[in-house]
Parts: sequence; C-alpha cells; structure tokens
Amino acid sequence: MSNSFQLNGQAVTVEATADTPLLWALRDHLGLTGTKYGCGIGVCGACTVHLDGQPVRACNTPVSAVQGKRVTTIEGVSATALGRKVQQAWLDHGVAQCGYCQAGQIMSACALLKQAPKPSDTQIDQAMSGNVCRCGTYTRIRAAVKQAAGAPGAAA
Amino acid sequence: MSAGEQSLAAPARRSFLKLVPGFSGLVLGVGLDGLPLLAQAADAPKFGGDGMPNGLQDSPLTFVAIGRDGTVSIVVHRSEMGQGIRTSLPRVVADELEADWKRVRVLQAPGDEARFGNQDTDGSRSMRHWFDPMRRCGAAARQMLEGAAAARWGVPVSEVRTELHRVLHPASRRSLGFGELAEAAAALPVPGRDALKFKSADKFRYIGKQTTQSVDGPAIVTGKAVYGADLQLPGLVHAVIARPPVLGGKLRSVDSSAALKVPGVLKVFELPGTPPPSEFQPIGGVVVVARDTWAAIQGRKALKLEWDDGVHGSYDSAAYRKTLEASVQQPGGKVLRDEGDTTAALAGAARRLQAEYYVPHLAHAPMEPPAAVARIVGGRCETWAPVQSPQAARDRVAKRLGLAAEQVTVNVTLLGGGFGRKSKPDFVVEAALVSQAMDGAPVKVTWTREDDLQHDYFHTVSAQRLEAGLDAQGQVTAWLHRSAEQTFISIFAPDPKQLHPIEIGLGLIGLPYAIPNIRIENPAAEAHSRVGWLRSVNNIQHAFATQSFVAELAAATGRDPRDMLLALLGADRKIDPVAIKDGWNHGESPERYPIDTGRLRRVVERVTKEASWGRKLPAGQGLGLAAHYSFVTYVAAVVQVGVDAKGRLTIPRVDVAVDCGALVNPDRVRSQIEGAVINGLSQALLGEVTFKGGRAQQENLHQYELLRMHQAPREIRVHLMASNYDLPLGGVGEPGVPPIAPALCNAIHAATGKRIRQLPIRDQLA
Repeated sequence: MSNSFQLNGQAVTVEATADTPLLWALRDHLGLTGTKYGCGIGVCGACTVHLDGQPVRACNTPVSAVQGKRVTTIEGVSATALGRKVQQAWLDHGVAQCGYCQAGQIMSACALLKQAPKPSDTQIDQAMSGNVCRCGTYTRIRAAVKQAAGAPGAAA
Repeated sequence: MSAGEQSLAAPARRSFLKLVPGFSGLVLGVGLDGLPLLAQAADAPKFGGDGMPNGLQDSPLTFVAIGRDGTVSIVVHRSEMGQGIRTSLPRVVADELEADWKRVRVLQAPGDEARFGNQDTDGSRSMRHWFDPMRRCGAAARQMLEGAAAARWGVPVSEVRTELHRVLHPASRRSLGFGELAEAAAALPVPGRDALKFKSADKFRYIGKQTTQSVDGPAIVTGKAVYGADLQLPGLVHAVIARPPVLGGKLRSVDSSAALKVPGVLKVFELPGTPPPSEFQPIGGVVVVARDTWAAIQGRKALKLEWDDGVHGSYDSAAYRKTLEASVQQPGGKVLRDEGDTTAALAGAARRLQAEYYVPHLAHAPMEPPAAVARIVGGRCETWAPVQSPQAARDRVAKRLGLAAEQVTVNVTLLGGGFGRKSKPDFVVEAALVSQAMDGAPVKVTWTREDDLQHDYFHTVSAQRLEAGLDAQGQVTAWLHRSAEQTFISIFAPDPKQLHPIEIGLGLIGLPYAIPNIRIENPAAEAHSRVGWLRSVNNIQHAFATQSFVAELAAATGRDPRDMLLALLGADRKIDPVAIKDGWNHGESPERYPIDTGRLRRVVERVTKEASWGRKLPAGQGLGLAAHYSFVTYVAAVVQVGVDAKGRLTIPRVDVAVDCGALVNPDRVRSQIEGAVINGLSQALLGEVTFKGGRAQQENLHQYELLRMHQAPREIRVHLMASNYDLPLGGVGEPGVPPIAPALCNAIHAATGKRIRQLPIRDQLA
C-alpha cells in the first residue's frame, strides 16, 4: 500500500505493507540509513525519530501509522538551530565512540531540550535512559546535553 | 520510487563512495588457518607486530598519497569500532610528515595484508604495533618531499626542512608546497629505515595532544556515517537466515510455503553449514531473501522448521555450572604454574581461606548486529562489511566460493561496535553465499538482535576456586588458583578441553604477587556453544576472582584492602614472563615487556589518592579497589557505591588510573577507559547468557540487558599516568575492563558486608 508523510520537510510516499516499521521504510525504501536498527522491539533507542515533534521508536511504529504526519530523522535535525547546537556539543565533547547509537541519542536529546531547555540531571536520566550506548559514552552525553542547554561550566 | 525519494537516497550513496575508496592492483593475500598463535618453534621468535600474520608495513607508497592540490591522503588499514583509530593512526603519519591536518583525508584500506600488513583489529594492538611503522611512514614521505625540493633548488638536502605542508629552504627564503613536490617526490626511492630522521617528542603537533576531533565525528552526528548495515547498492535485496539453534545442529525439514506467500519474499533456500569446529564459517540454516529487511524477517517467521539438535542439544548452563564447580574442588587439572610447594605450604599454614567465583556466559551485543553486503560480478566477489579482520573475511569468502583471495574484495565500513564479535567474519561469508545463490545479485544479510544473541561466539562460562595460606602474622604464604573454562580453541579444533596459552596469559598465569608458593591449575572443560573472545577476554573472570579474593583476604585479616594489595605486590621488580611460564606474553618480547610491579603499584597509589581512599563515608556507602595488568597496560580502579535498605545500588563515581606508556591520543585513551567502566559495570550488574536444551535463552536486549544512562556513574574520572615515550606502548581498548567488576563488588562489600562471588549481581543485594 501507499504510505505518504512528511519526511524532513519533504513529501514522500513509500510502497510497503501497512505493518512495515517506519525504520525499514526509512532505511530500505527511502535510503535514509542514519536511523539505526538495534533491537527491533523498542528497547534500545537506536532508531529514535521525531513524529510530529515527539520522540518515537521507528522500529515499532508501523509506516501506516505515520500517514499524513511529520517525521524528522537525524538527517533532518540539522535544519533546526537546536539540532545543530546539539550536534556541535556532541563534537566538542568527543561523545561518539563507534557512533552507531548516537543518532538516536541526539534525537532523544533534541526532544528533551525542546521540552525542557534547562534539564536537570534527573530529567536527563529520564529522557535518555531509553537509549543504550554499548560503548559507554553516557558521561559525555550528559555533558554534551548540558552544553547544548547552555549550562555554565558545561563547555568541553 | 518517486524522483523526490531518489534525491533523498543520493547522499548516502555519495558518502559511501567517499568512505570506501576503490583499490586496484590487489596482490595475493596469504591464507591463514585459525589464529595467530605462538611464533613457530623452528623460526627465531618474532614479537609485537612482526610476530603477527603478515607482519608490519611502513612504506609511504602504501599508506600515503599526495595530490597536486596538496591534499594528503592517508590510508588506515585497521578497523574503526569506536577506539578512534581512523583518527589516531593518520595523525601519527601526519605529524612525522609535518602535514597540515586540515588538508589530510583518511582512506580505509580493504582487506589485503600482503599489502598493508596485519589488519586484525583486536588484542588492543593497533597503536601498540603501528605507532612506530606509521612514524617511519610519515618520516620517509617527508624526507622524499625534502629530497625533491632540494633537487629542484640544487641545494643540499641538509639545508631544507619541512613545516606545516611546505618544504623550506631558509637560506634562500624559498619554499614549495607539498602539492608542487608530490610528483617528483614519488619518483624518488623510499629512504631506508636507517636513513630516517624522526621528530623529537617536544616537536609533535598531533601526537600526544588533547583534541576531541575525529575524522568520522561530523558524519556520525549527522547520520551520514556508513556502517556495514547501511550499505546501499542498486538492486540490493535483503536476507535474514534461520540458523540451527544448537551448536552443530542440522536442518531436518523446512516448509517454506507460507514464507513464500509473505509479500516481498523473493526466495527461500537452505544454506549448508560447516560442522563444528566451524571456525569463522557459517553454521548454515535457511535463507529468506526479500525486497526489504522487514519482509525477510516476516518470511522467516512463517517458516516451519525442524532441527536435529545433535550432541549439544542437552546443554544446560545451570547443570553445567555444577560440573564446572565440582571440577575446581579437586586437584588433577593441568598445572600451569607451580612455584615452591603450595600443597605443603597450605597444609602448614596458620590459617587457610578459600572462595569460589562464577562468571556466566556473556554476549558481545555490539549496537550494530552483524551485517554484510556482497555481490559477485564476473567471477569476482566484492563485499562490504563491518569487520575487525578483513583479511580473514577475504580468505574465508574465497575458500567457500572456491575463488582465489585476489578475486575477493573486502571493503571495511565503520563498525557499530566490535568487542571481538566482528573479528569472526562468518556473516561476511553468509552474504557471499547468498549472493552466489542469487546469481551474484547484491545482497545484504542482516542479523536481527535475536540472531546476534542466540548465535554469538559466546564468552565462556567459568568457575574458579582460590585458596590462600597465611602465616601467624597474616602474610600470604601460599596461593592456589583453579580455573575451569571453555576454550575458544573449540571453534578451531575438535573438542579441546584445556585453555590455550593465550587464554592462560590473559590474567591467569601472570599473578604478579610476591608469594613463595603459587600453584595455578586448569581443570578440563568442554565447550557446548561457539566460544569466542570478547573485549578483555579471560581477564574478565580472572581479574574478578583474583581481585575479589585479595579484598576477601584483607577483610578476613582485618587489613585495609589497599594495604593488602600493596603488600602482595611486594618490592618493585620486573617479572620475566618466561620465568612464570607465560609462553605468550601478549605476543610481546619478554625483555621489552616484563611485568613491572612498580608500575602496577603506582597506578594503585594514584587511583587511591585521587579517589581519597580511606575517607569516611556515610553508612551504606563504600569504596572498592582492584588492579589488573592486561594487554601490557597497568590499570587500577576505585568504585564508589551506595546501597540503600532495600538493596538498591547507586554508583556515583568511578576513578581509574592507567599506565599505558605513551599517550598518543589522550582523549581517545580517556574515552576507551570511560567506556570500559560502563562495559565492566554492565557485565557485572546485568550480563548473563544461559542455555537450556542447547539454546541460548536470551532473545533480545530486554533479556540481555546493557547498562543505561540512569544506572551509569555520574562521574568517571580517568587518571592517565604521565606519557612516557621511553616505555613500550601498552594496549588501551581492553585493559580498562577487567578491574571494574571486582572493584564494584569490593565496594559493595565495603558498603554492606555482603560478598558477591557470582556474576551478574542483578538482584543479589535485595
């Protein structure tokens, strides 16, 4: 079936079965591979994207459920000032090791900062605990989120 | 696809072309069976990078290209899996070359060890083995540029020097850029090793300097970085494989009629496997090829499969644990090290203490599960894969397809985590075989997380028993360590039952304590799953047991654990690995790399000072210490914990001190240690794979849990010992892991009085 939605500001249509997860529509049909597969059951966060501005897991969001909605992926998040600020903070702190989970981390961080521009450590824990980093970059992720939030003393 | 979709797809394709350059003129690769083990007896022993298969290369003609525009291209032949090697090694070359880092681009080598030297990115060896060759490479290239400039100006080469991408002749105030000299320089002979002139360390621009710059950073944060799972090719089809759930299992029957009705499924067929020991070859199964990954997964779900489980179908890890634990109760195991008379010393000891430790199977669980792309065109197979061992992948693909190695190209993508899993290229061979079955069409084989966890090369399960004899003054006079573990040699040879010298050398035989009577034994154990090496490997269990036991001895004798540890280390000395029967010594020269107990002592002193060891903490809080030498690097850790009345654990802070010799890229040393802390805590708190009916019981990350942000320490303080280029380089990727689990358990003991002797900790504190 045809599934049409707004992807990073552009209208797209994907021919895929209704149950096809948005993740595989993005990766296999639209060639946007920044959104990663990590578990397929919504527990690792590597596939985090924004659906109408809210963070969701693309691996358990059927493509038919995003019909007519706005989807933002890591490839599109640079279009916002907040996205660029977060990406720069990630670079300044040398957050990434293998980098595979970092697209999802950045999408979760952007969603957090939009909702809570000056997040507390507890808010960071809550917003980011759905994103696993097997390389173990959590302390740098926390520091980068704080820098992006403009916290004093958070610069790398 | 609409035009709009095409334009969205295009950037990924372009960045892939940029990342993976084509290499022509491939020369014959050397086929290797099994592991690089010990130097062959008949040869003079070779150590370090020289002792690795296909050794070292250092020619600038292999690793450096300079364009007319002055762009310097540096080839990295090691795999990037988060350790930063694609940044760190080129910065070494660029430094000796006096290149401007802004004008350097990095190219990734395909698997071709005859050309590039050894490419096995494991064993914490990339910088340790390649720092010197890459310096030689950069220095040789610089001297060729200087030679070309001197010839052009008609002046002695001794009058010219190089500074930041230009060769200068100060006397005549002339200068030429690298681009202007590149062609003439390339025509000159490569200077011999004796003719090379190196920078002194105080002149380094990039080596040893603090920076968070990474050549892949910008692509990673914008989603453009290309991992193995991300490869796109025109006409690509997608495959998943139903593999036999038990080691050595075979397909009895498959009914694929329902699978073939799943929309998008193109083909279902059987993939013959290699029976154990299957080494790096696929274990076979039933392949489902589809238009997209989701259809392939749905198709696989619809298969009706019956398996013959074979001899390992009864493997039950709970029952097996009893077998292992019984085996460490009895003498009779292989004696690995025997100094003094441990039996007599224990019998005559004023006091004897003993403890047993258990560590379960663990999984690698890289964030990117194995994935590979392959196509076969004109009798040549080309693959793209996130592999730690591209030459091994090339050889295995060639063998299975009946091709010569030079007919196989293995392009190395970024790795979404490796941890040792991706040094076993079975998944690359699978992709090649599926492409072959699809008449050479480009195919991507994706491992789902379930595949990854159930068909891993698992970290061995282990049971260990330690016993110490103490004299009337509380000094340890005898030490007996029995460790029963499955050997990873079981993937290479039929039914081995003893540990290999490599596994023995990973934190078991090298006990660096000044104890007159030491005996280390290895009871036999059989493997019942594919066993493989996982980041820091056998050190995981060996450090857990020995460093927990040291703290137990301290507690039993009423001493401070730090005092006990330092007393056991004794007077500073350099232990000859040969004298303690370590036949491996990490592949390094025993003269150059003895075990230096002074360096271990100093990291213990540093970390305890930094962590304010001995400070008064509120009830329910504690500090734990552990120190461990591995991969020729010295590491000590202090973990701080709090445990509340309900047994809820918090870990506010971890301090780690590291002595790895010189610090070539200090920020990446720090980041590796930070990651090792999380890795060690994750395994200690949560990591466990269990088997029942021969099958791994954990299906996904909700059952094989990894540490998350809210469980991680808020503070990880890494204390790097002063960089010292006179010391031989140590490894960095792995040695941070081993001390973390015992330091954590020692902290829990300090906080609660409860001693953890089996991992994972999970709900043992409740």
